[in-house]
Amino acid sequence: MAKGVKPRVKVPKSASAGDSITIKTLISHKMESGQRKDSDGKIIPRSIINRFTCDFNGENVIDVTIEPAVSTNPYFQFDAKVPEAGEFKFTWYDDDGSVYEDTKAITVE
Amino acid sequence: AATIVALPAGAATFEEAVMSVTGGKEAAEGGDLVLTAPEIAENGNTVPVAIDAPGAVAVTFLAIGNPNPAVATFKFGPLAGSREASTRIRLATTQDVVAVAEMEDGSFQTAKQTVKVTIGGCGG
Repeated sequence: MAKGVKPRVKVPKSASAGDSITIKTLISHKMESGQRKDSDGKIIPRSIINRFTCDFNGENVIDVTIEPAVSTNPYFQFDAKVPEAGEFKFTWYDDDGSVYEDTKAITVE
Repeated sequence: AATIVALPAGAATFEEAVMSVTGGKEAAEGGDLVLTAPEIAENGNTVPVAIDAPGAVAVTFLAIGNPNPAVATFKFGPLAGSREASTRIRLATTQDVVAVAEMEDGSFQTAKQTVKVTIGGCGG
């Protein structure tokens, strides 16, 4: 597992049923592009998060395929429909096979 | 050019890069697709980009002047609240950032924006 990987997610605590809410996610990750060279001129191997998904109560909100051109500490902002109270699940997939997860519950007014 | 082929490093044209996403289909420029990117980015390591693509099922970002033009593909699921999304990307040099949207009817739209980069973001 890559070192110091920490997901951060911003989701409102509640919403009106059927409303659309904005979600912001950030995960600390160096996103080594595989293009850089070290001081000896050797290429530093690629090590990135290659996929991010967000689901709500098991239904997909967004599925992002990520290439090395996405910046260090990949940030995503998008909107999600909230048909009922439930839980958002966020998943990041690392090149090294690691999977990082976070969940956020939301209530409906 | 009906097949998806690996793009030659750093040598992709706008058409080649778009075709690699559409699988050889023509993509209409403009439409409702809006790509937002800064005109000048001082630091190519982290350039904010956003798309608003009403009616799209998926949107791919391309950076034609990067060693590898592919940046990211957003697929919208059944619970996507809109067809808007934003992220931060790396740009090696001053270039066109391109968004290619796949619409519900299977057609494609593109939008592009030139971004001037002061300090490149690919460590070269």
